[in-house]
Amino acid sequence: MNQHLKMDRPQDDVIGTMAQGVIGTAAPRRDGPVKVTGQARYAAETGTGAEAVGVLVRATITKGRVTGMDSDAVRAMPGVLSVITDKRLLRNPAQGTANAAPVQDPGQVAYFGQPIALVVAETFEQARHAAQGLKVRYAAEEAVTDPFADTTEVERPEAKQTEQGDLDAAMTAAEFSVDSTYTTPAQNSAAMEPHASVAEWDGDRLTLHGSYQMVKYNRNELADSLGIDPANVRIRAPYVGGGFGSKLGIAPEAVAAAIAARDLGRAVRVVMSRPQVFEATMRRSGTRQRVRLAADADGRLTGIGHEARVSNLPDEAFSEPVTMATHFLYAGKNRKYAHEIARVHRTCAGSMRAPGEAVGMLALENAMDELAHAAGIDPVELRLRNIPDVHPENGKDYSSRRFADCLRDGAARFGWSARNPKPGQVRDGEWFIGMGVASAARGNILQESQARVILHADATATVETDMTDIGTGTYTILAQIAAEMLGLPLDSVSVRLGDTDFPPAAGSGGSWGAGSAGSAVFLACQKLRQSLADMLDTDPSELTLRDGTVTSSNTQQSLADLLSEDLTTIGHIEPGETSETMQHAGFGAHFAEVAVNAVTGESRVRRMLGVFSAGRILNEQTARSQCHGGMIFGIGAALTEDMVHDHRDGHIVNHNLAEYHIPVNLDIPQLDVVFLEERDAWANPLQSKGVGELGISGAGAAITNAIYNATGVRVRDYPATLDRVLPGLPDD
Amino acid sequence: MRDFDYARAGSRSDATARAGAGAQIIAGGTNLLDLMKLEVMAPEAVVDITRLDLHEISVVEGGGLRIGALVTNSDLAAHDVVRRDYALLSRALLSGATGQLRNKATTGGNLLQRTRCFYFYDTAMPCNKRDPGSGCHARDGFNRILAVLGTSDHCIATHPSDMAVALMALGASVEIEDAAGDVRQMPLNDFYRLPGDTPHIETVLEQGDLITAVLLPKPVAGRQIYRKVRDRSSYAFALVSVAAVVRMEDGKIASAALAFGGLAPKPWRNAKVESALTGKVPSDDLFGQAADILLADAVGFGANDFKIPLARRTLRAVLRQATEATQ
Repeated sequence: MNQHLKMDRPQDDVIGTMAQGVIGTAAPRRDGPVKVTGQARYAAETGTGAEAVGVLVRATITKGRVTGMDSDAVRAMPGVLSVITDKRLLRNPAQGTANAAPVQDPGQVAYFGQPIALVVAETFEQARHAAQGLKVRYAAEEAVTDPFADTTEVERPEAKQTEQGDLDAAMTAAEFSVDSTYTTPAQNSAAMEPHASVAEWDGDRLTLHGSYQMVKYNRNELADSLGIDPANVRIRAPYVGGGFGSKLGIAPEAVAAAIAARDLGRAVRVVMSRPQVFEATMRRSGTRQRVRLAADADGRLTGIGHEARVSNLPDEAFSEPVTMATHFLYAGKNRKYAHEIARVHRTCAGSMRAPGEAVGMLALENAMDELAHAAGIDPVELRLRNIPDVHPENGKDYSSRRFADCLRDGAARFGWSARNPKPGQVRDGEWFIGMGVASAARGNILQESQARVILHADATATVETDMTDIGTGTYTILAQIAAEMLGLPLDSVSVRLGDTDFPPAAGSGGSWGAGSAGSAVFLACQKLRQSLADMLDTDPSELTLRDGTVTSSNTQQSLADLLSEDLTTIGHIEPGETSETMQHAGFGAHFAEVAVNAVTGESRVRRMLGVFSAGRILNEQTARSQCHGGMIFGIGAALTEDMVHDHRDGHIVNHNLAEYHIPVNLDIPQLDVVFLEERDAWANPLQSKGVGELGISGAGAAITNAIYNATGVRVRDYPATLDRVLPGLPDD
Repeated sequence: MRDFDYARAGSRSDATARAGAGAQIIAGGTNLLDLMKLEVMAPEAVVDITRLDLHEISVVEGGGLRIGALVTNSDLAAHDVVRRDYALLSRALLSGATGQLRNKATTGGNLLQRTRCFYFYDTAMPCNKRDPGSGCHARDGFNRILAVLGTSDHCIATHPSDMAVALMALGASVEIEDAAGDVRQMPLNDFYRLPGDTPHIETVLEQGDLITAVLLPKPVAGRQIYRKVRDRSSYAFALVSVAAVVRMEDGKIASAALAFGGLAPKPWRNAKVESALTGKVPSDDLFGQAADILLADAVGFGANDFKIPLARRTLRAVLRQATEATQ
């Protein structure tokens, strides 16, 4: 009894016609109370405490081979059970949706800090001490670690070097132009919960309690890494303390825990330390980006060029897709893109919140600000003038796009008209004050998802899917969808997530979780409504379900009375032709007011506004939180976050939260978020779009543009720490 | 973390008797425990002094303040007399670390916190401070947070404390009890050593020594300022900090006490800077001359070059604020 939909055609709004009235409301996160009272069990907290404990050992060379290690000395240490150097140990995590094992073999070192062994002991302290004491011998090799050195070899994938028209000619003929190069540093997701796994075997069956975003893929990645049948692997991840992309793919600690547990015949816990999270999970690649803009006398773009260099380890398929938003955001006939991947021996690069847009829009939106200044056109107006009618490269229509409204509405709300267009004019005591704007855009994606919904005979419901809630609100949103469709109070719906025993969903990533898993729940509920209608010999459109009561034409009865047994359905959504026929994206506009200290160059954000059009908002509160989080990431990207690699060996220098500066509460001022009313019939049957990554896209550029407006200092190397602002400030 | 013996000291003499070779005194443990977990420090024995009677703040007869070594940073910052007479100290304390850390960290421990140099913290890196003779990897490495004054070929670490910078400007002394039960006092400035060729020795403390108190002289008149420049608004160590106590008289600077954080391996004070200001009519030129004197021997190592102009600008701004006519 399933309901399947392939998204080949736009879908009418169904959920909006329901009667319960909970969809879209600011329902508080139902996982909140269990989390703040410590009842939610995270991966590292599962088990009885009787588990053996493993600690990963890091390579202390950049490249080469492990030729030996004094394992025996370590095995003789108190409590030590095992030193594992199994060839199946992972070099680095799997890339998101890889669905297969990443590079294995810990004997081959490809970056400083790579896991090369697991020491297992009775207690964490014993394992940690033994891991620290393990003497390792290497045959070291020369390693290239600088992605931007002239001598570093780069790959240029043909499909990503594209050209339309003649950008050089457009630049020559342009009335106004910009040709600037920007850099963005490596970053770390820095999720609060470190990567952690507890592995236990029952015969040939493995259960892994892990901190993962996409368990459907993670199961296959884990099975492939171990060389076992995925049917014998169960992954549970009911609570995940933040992911931001760093927990998309199976990571070294999971495979190590599974191998150790099998070897020892007992459950094993492996939790990464914070430095290990920095060194041995995923970094966001640093980038170097050249942006060229050509415009006519009215500021209308005649050309855009966006050429980027990113980096990754050898044999990694992922490369930061820097120019994603540049393709569809602005008009301009002549366009040129280049994408270079430097193969370097640094920590693996992978997806981190809004891969592509998060860094690409820093450069693009700075360049737009530079163009506005060069042309003497207001930056909001410049953007409005360059909104294309259709996708400027493939001619597709946009599925929904209130981009212009976001810019106009934001400008009005923010008091943009008070901005002095001339930089360096506004002072408040020792502080220069400036305002900046940047566009937001992030592609919207639907992914195949399934969910089971059980309508119980007592008029309650249970939703089951392997979808995860990584702090985003999945538990709450899926309950809202089911409650709305089935006419139940929110409390009557329970939601079970993060278990590969449940129907497979898309997982959390790419901002697609709510729309994809939510659509599966919606479809299952549609089928249940059909069943109820059948019982009453009517059409589902004639049914009104509200607060557990079924109303149909002239009859009304309680749902519990109508039901004699549990009804179970699985909803199944698949992307279809609408993904191809339309350009899908969320849009928005960021406005920032920033103060820059005239003495020290310290920049502090005073207020910030984001206005977004993201289709139907499924939960006003969790969506707002997502945008807040994205904007805070933007503040970090603009001002503080910089994961530094030592120039000699590529090792990550500041691998802790004291020295890798994510913003603290005091760095975050009033953040206002406004959602414009919008429906997107082409996106999914809920008519929603993703918000998890829209909020970060462009956010940092609004801040650096405000720094320019405040001081006249254009920082093109992120982050805009005071040492980069100071040289441009007037002598105090 | 290596196995270690733990002993709770029942008295000062018990503490000093136990604090011999291979032993570390622990109070708040906010820094020591981190370093032990990383095996940057690996004491054979840890002597817990938290039960000793060193928790008092008392006004000394004839003026001045005696701060027990175990007074927490939070309690010290909140103390009425400190807030009234040594406001600079409160401000410095509250600009450091986080509420949780300040609740735990003690006055004595804060003086002894170790550098935040990245290479000191990573046991895979050479570091003369952690592993004497192994070399300094910071000098040619990523040195943005490191020192420009008082460095040596062997070490360019900075001292991370805010509190100690304020104490330095306030003319604090340290009281130390040794294993023989003798008590001595010394100015804070003499307490710290520069790295030279022994960067692993940071203070004049000897085996068996116990810091029992910090002593503040009678409150001095004048405007007190603590200005900390940092990468984020909270929970970040100073890139540059300036502590100032400046007294004006008849439009001239009657006295100036200045100490600096983030610049050197110890809280930095330079008497020549202060004497250049004393008796002078404040002006931007004068402040610039003071900065010239302060930074005459400053040497950057690349990524930290910016600290030199930053220190100049910050000092001038602090002096402007300290000497401006009361509104």
